[in-house]
Amino acid sequence: MTSLDSSPDSSQDRKIIGRGSLGDGVFKATVTSAAALVLVTLGLILVASVYQAWPALKHAGINFVIGDRWVPHEMIFGALPFIFGTAVTSIIALIFAVPIAIGIALFTTEYAPKWLRTPAITVIDLLAAIPSVVFGLVGILVVAPSAFTFYDSIHNAVGSIPLLGTLFGEPTTSGRTFFTAGIILAVMIIPIVTSISREVFSTVPEALKQASYALGSTRWEMIKGSVLPHSFGGLVGASMLGLGRAMGETIAVALVIGGATQITANLFDSGNTMAAVIVQQWGESSGVHTAGLVGIGVVLFGITVTINLLARVVVRRTEARMRGVGA
Amino acid sequence: MSLLTDQPTSSSPEPDLTSRGVSLRRRLTNHATSVVIALAILAAVIPLGLVVYQVVSRGSGMISLDFLNWDIPRNYRREGAGMGPAVLGTILITGAAALMAIPVGIAGAIYLNEFGKNKPLAKVIRTMADVMTGVPSIVMGLFIYIVWVLTTGKQSGFAGALALACLMLPIVIRSAEEMLKLVPDELRQASAALGSPQWKTILTVVLPSAASGITSGSLLAVARAAGETAPVVVTIGIAFSPNWNLFDGGNTTLAAQIYRNASMAFEPAQERAWGAALTLIAIVMIFTLAARFIASRYAVKER
Repeated sequence: MTSLDSSPDSSQDRKIIGRGSLGDGVFKATVTSAAALVLVTLGLILVASVYQAWPALKHAGINFVIGDRWVPHEMIFGALPFIFGTAVTSIIALIFAVPIAIGIALFTTEYAPKWLRTPAITVIDLLAAIPSVVFGLVGILVVAPSAFTFYDSIHNAVGSIPLLGTLFGEPTTSGRTFFTAGIILAVMIIPIVTSISREVFSTVPEALKQASYALGSTRWEMIKGSVLPHSFGGLVGASMLGLGRAMGETIAVALVIGGATQITANLFDSGNTMAAVIVQQWGESSGVHTAGLVGIGVVLFGITVTINLLARVVVRRTEARMRGVGA
Repeated sequence: MSLLTDQPTSSSPEPDLTSRGVSLRRRLTNHATSVVIALAILAAVIPLGLVVYQVVSRGSGMISLDFLNWDIPRNYRREGAGMGPAVLGTILITGAAALMAIPVGIAGAIYLNEFGKNKPLAKVIRTMADVMTGVPSIVMGLFIYIVWVLTTGKQSGFAGALALACLMLPIVIRSAEEMLKLVPDELRQASAALGSPQWKTILTVVLPSAASGITSGSLLAVARAAGETAPVVVTIGIAFSPNWNLFDGGNTTLAAQIYRNASMAFEPAQERAWGAALTLIAIVMIFTLAARFIASRYAVKER
């Protein structure tokens, strides 16, 4: 492909030297099969999961994703409440996390003085290093119990306004709600959205920024006019990666969402998500119930993989385009 | 008023290039956005501070040598006792996962950077490794349950290790590839010029020069795996006393214990959860800081 600038130890050169061809062959076969393991695993996940989930998927048919009742011992498999809960909690998480993450990324790339840059990045790294189950623990024992009064005062304030009254309805006394789960998820996805946003911002050509300053822009006008428009695609990709992470998060959500199987517009009510219901019901499941849970896993796998693929494509496109402009 | 308007006309028409030349509205907007953006960092510091404070203040009372050694009480209501089996399980299971994932991951990275480069297969593998990073950990747990637990007929520590290895593999591959990319081509050329076959060049020249970066990437992957809960909960079963055998009998990890104990409404169980959380955070932080130390201490050699 790029034969001119490829390293000189490519296969043609090797033949001229005429040494090590057997060792190289064995070595190359070994490392290639190691890399191919990624493809094998992904393929196996799909095949094995669909095979295992088949009894439930076949029994429920299209109702598996549009049915709103989940009563496994009566062979009723409708996963819509869990799909709904996954969507709602992820959207809440994105609404909070994306502006904050973009703000942090801008702060570390454009605003922070040098001495503050490394500590700021370290904080984000540490946030990413905290295991999700610890967020869940703090969520269920600290955040949820104190959240009720907060939710209650919001409900009292806006409860009589038509649309807001529906969204912020009567809160569950445990504080384990869609909203609590969304907030915890937001904290958990801030690091990934921030780090991708930083990468995207770093590809904005310096010349563009300088040109904007030369025209008399303030710092904010420079960001609004040069940095943000050129990063837009990449930021969308970063948010989608965060969305993928939020949808797949299991343990923290399982602890704080309350575990009710229902579809409600009330964000202060209990619900469940696809990932959380699997781990909650796994212990007491058997037979076709297990198949149903694996089926939820298959749906979740499909959705998250699609979102991740799309996000990677978007981010790569932006970066490639930016590098082209910058060169 | 007249003074202001007179000045530009009387003197030469030089534009005002100081910040006073910018209108008040634009200056205020600029300052306001600066403040808002600086506040965003607080939105990350506050939850981090809250989590660390809660875990340290509630967990530190639990930590003692006995807590780290003793068996887990079978009755969640019982006071005291320890997390010994979970500490052992975390180390055994994460260690086994690292032993599987890191060599394979590094080998895969060698393929991508040294042989594959821009070949279609390498591009597909790269994309799929990224996709695999995005596979929810619970799905990975279900997968291992299906292919291992259902085949062997029992939950075991090894099943959990397999699931963690699957989660670590793409992270190790991608981070090791980035590190191999940083190794200058001159090193490979020099080695080839001395007549080494390519496999020898890679094993004795390329890998050692990327070693620090690969180590730090692998440690980060281990740290993340140690905190994984969902795949472990569905694959390893349960244990209350130490189990050194990864292939037989149930096992337990700190993460799994936090999950189980946190969802109990009993005070003693919750206290054990806090203690386990502090232990787990300490383990994860040791790995994370070691990774950062190695990366920063030896980073210069990679250039």
